[in-house]
Amino acid sequence: MTNGADAVLRSLEAEGVDVVFGIPGGAILPIYDALARGTSIHHVLARHEQGAGHMAEGYARASGRIGVAFATSGPGATNLVTPIADAWMDSTPLVCITGQVRSHLIGTDAFQECDITGITIPIVKHSWLVQDVAEIPAIIKAAFHVAGTGRCGPVLVDIPRDIQEALLEFTYPDVVDLPGWRPPKRVHARQVREAARQLAEAERPVLYVGGGVLNAHATDELLELAQAARLPVVTTLMAKSAFPETHELHFGWPGMHGPKWSNWAMNKCDVLVAVGSRFDDRVTGKLSAFAPGATVIHLDVDSAEIDKLRYADVPVVGPLKPVLAELTRELREVAVPGSTEPWLAQLREWREQFPLRYGNEGEMLKPQPVLEALQELTVGSDVVFTTGVGQHQMWAMQYLLCDRPRTFITSGGLGTMGYGIPAAIGAKAARPEATVVCVDGDGCFQMTCQELATSVLEDLPIVVVLVNNGSLGMVRQWQDMFFGERFSQIELTHHLPDYAALAEAYGARGFTVESDDELRPALEEALACGRTAVVDCRVDAREHCFPMIPAGASALQLVEYPDGQAVPA
Amino acid sequence: MKHTLSILVENRPGALARVVSMFRRRSFNIDSLAVGPTERRDVSRITLRVDCADHALSQIEKQIHKLVDVLRVNELPPGESVERELALINVAAPPSRRAELLALAEAFRARVADLGPDAIVFEIVGAPGEVDAFEELVRPHGVKELVRTGRIGLARAAAPVPDGRPQYVLR
Ligand SMILES: Cc1ncc(C[n+]2csc(CCOP(=O)(O)OP(=O)(O)O)c2C)c(N)n1
Ligand SMILES: [Mg+2]
Repeated sequence: MTNGADAVLRSLEAEGVDVVFGIPGGAILPIYDALARGTSIHHVLARHEQGAGHMAEGYARASGRIGVAFATSGPGATNLVTPIADAWMDSTPLVCITGQVRSHLIGTDAFQECDITGITIPIVKHSWLVQDVAEIPAIIKAAFHVAGTGRCGPVLVDIPRDIQEALLEFTYPDVVDLPGWRPPKRVHARQVREAARQLAEAERPVLYVGGGVLNAHATDELLELAQAARLPVVTTLMAKSAFPETHELHFGWPGMHGPKWSNWAMNKCDVLVAVGSRFDDRVTGKLSAFAPGATVIHLDVDSAEIDKLRYADVPVVGPLKPVLAELTRELREVAVPGSTEPWLAQLREWREQFPLRYGNEGEMLKPQPVLEALQELTVGSDVVFTTGVGQHQMWAMQYLLCDRPRTFITSGGLGTMGYGIPAAIGAKAARPEATVVCVDGDGCFQMTCQELATSVLEDLPIVVVLVNNGSLGMVRQWQDMFFGERFSQIELTHHLPDYAALAEAYGARGFTVESDDELRPALEEALACGRTAVVDCRVDAREHCFPMIPAGASALQLVEYPDGQAVPA
Repeated sequence: MKHTLSILVENRPGALARVVSMFRRRSFNIDSLAVGPTERRDVSRITLRVDCADHALSQIEKQIHKLVDVLRVNELPPGESVERELALINVAAPPSRRAELLALAEAFRARVADLGPDAIVFEIVGAPGEVDAFEELVRPHGVKELVRTGRIGLARAAAPVPDGRPQYVLR
């Protein structure tokens, strides 16, 4: 006989879990005791459950496996809500295991009782409140199965303390028993043939690639498809790194801060192939004006995405890996060689005509050169980037070129400030051989910088490149552009805290960069030192992120860097 | 347009909450809802009335289908299904009005569920339109209290199983 807590660990071991992220507490003590009694699983002690959750997400995104987070009941569980919501929006496979008060206390407002299965209903694929210790193996098996099949996402298993202590005869099931969970497995040959036919006739096709391609482990198939028919590829923020960004067929990133050429490609195409992407408003802007003339082919494993926002002329519901492979095969038979060359030439011309630009006025270091330098210093090396949310995130999207899958990890759908540092630690746990760099904002940094302690003490070194504009820059930009320059509550200051000193206080290396000259040496040293490091790059707060398509506008209303003008504001 | 959805769910804690939460979270409005057992103890049926455009209906069906507890979801198309509703209506009925009310009930095949000195509780079962009509006709007499179950429905006896799929996967 084993107890429920041991059964949890044996189940995780059976699922091949090598690392979990969490923080203990009363209601999950038996599971932590089981950890202490022996397991092959390494536990990373976070400093905040939000950090643990984002670490599990970063681990999942960097590895293509399922991330696991532990938390206690009540506040431990509610601290996981943000990462769960984040994983839900970005379809990150996550298994969260929370302790719950003893069964007989449920419903009595007991100490640290919280209805976490209730709270998370709208943001999980499924959840379980374990009622019988004998169910633990089957539930954990089911939890991993649901998190990682179909469209990926978070699940939650809430285990009352008495059930962790109760005894069972442990056997791990071979199969899951979930009659209601039947994600599509087959490829619709007829739909794929129709998609190939439409694509073969296209003069101006575009592959509009979303994060689904990464979740489906279908990046090789995507590359094959694009190359076979010479199709231009535009990757969303979530799909960044799903297609080699230095490849001649890659044409940037669509949406609010995407370059003009990328947005024009989408706007002027005649056949738009959405591949695991979901027509998010940050991508489409005004929906009715998005790719107005295009026939839409929509490939997705989640049938609910078809026609949700944009009507699909040719829907193909199925797992992307075989769907893309099959589409390539069909397309090879019908495609007309060379038919996309004029369109590719047009796209190249736009790319040359409308390069990304930024100002060079004033004394202060600009933010964009920080990203440019980082790109240059890491080109060709095994590096994984994570980001916070804000202007720095958009500059990271624009300036960092990622050639290998799963090397750009960011909070896209929820836009969770504070994601970057813990996600980087999780990515480092998944990819210890890689250099992991978090491009962070000063606002974001202050939301989760306590995890620097985790990074240092767990020997999961990361390099934080802080784009410190002394403000909540993205909010500042909106107030400047859309609220008559009335700045409201966006001032953080460049100097408080002293980020380098704070890093040192955490046992990390700290660097302060205030000029162009200091930038490269500091970055080089931080990247080479093999320790956790924070490079505080103090940059001009007035620099805005361009181009920008204002919310609800069309791609043609894209606002470019204001030419010949002083830096705005 | 109003639609009736029939949803088979595993009889587990929280299954109903998950279905209802999906409607709230995606701002679809539930008109009426009835839940109860089916021929199988481990399966419940939710019959749900929703007012939405056809496009929204297919989105609702697909979102519900993704819920792990849901075994099957399908629309009960008008004309191809049998739909019923039960209402209990407590109507003011002084002796002078009784005969008239009882005649009305007779015409609608409503039953007298309870009789008081100055009120009658009628029980009517019928297609939702009939229940509406009866309610309208007794209303002028003074309705003291009223409760309706919300409609329940099944595909017609002769109808094929939706999409040719089995009712649900048997374990
Ligand atoms: C948790 C959270 N709170 C608030 C916001 C709204 N928000 C979006 S960007 C931003 C500013 C981010 O500031 P910083 O990290 O300094 O990045 P910058 O835009 O300056 O590069 C804010 C407050 C958010 N996305 N997430
Ligand atoms: Mg900032």
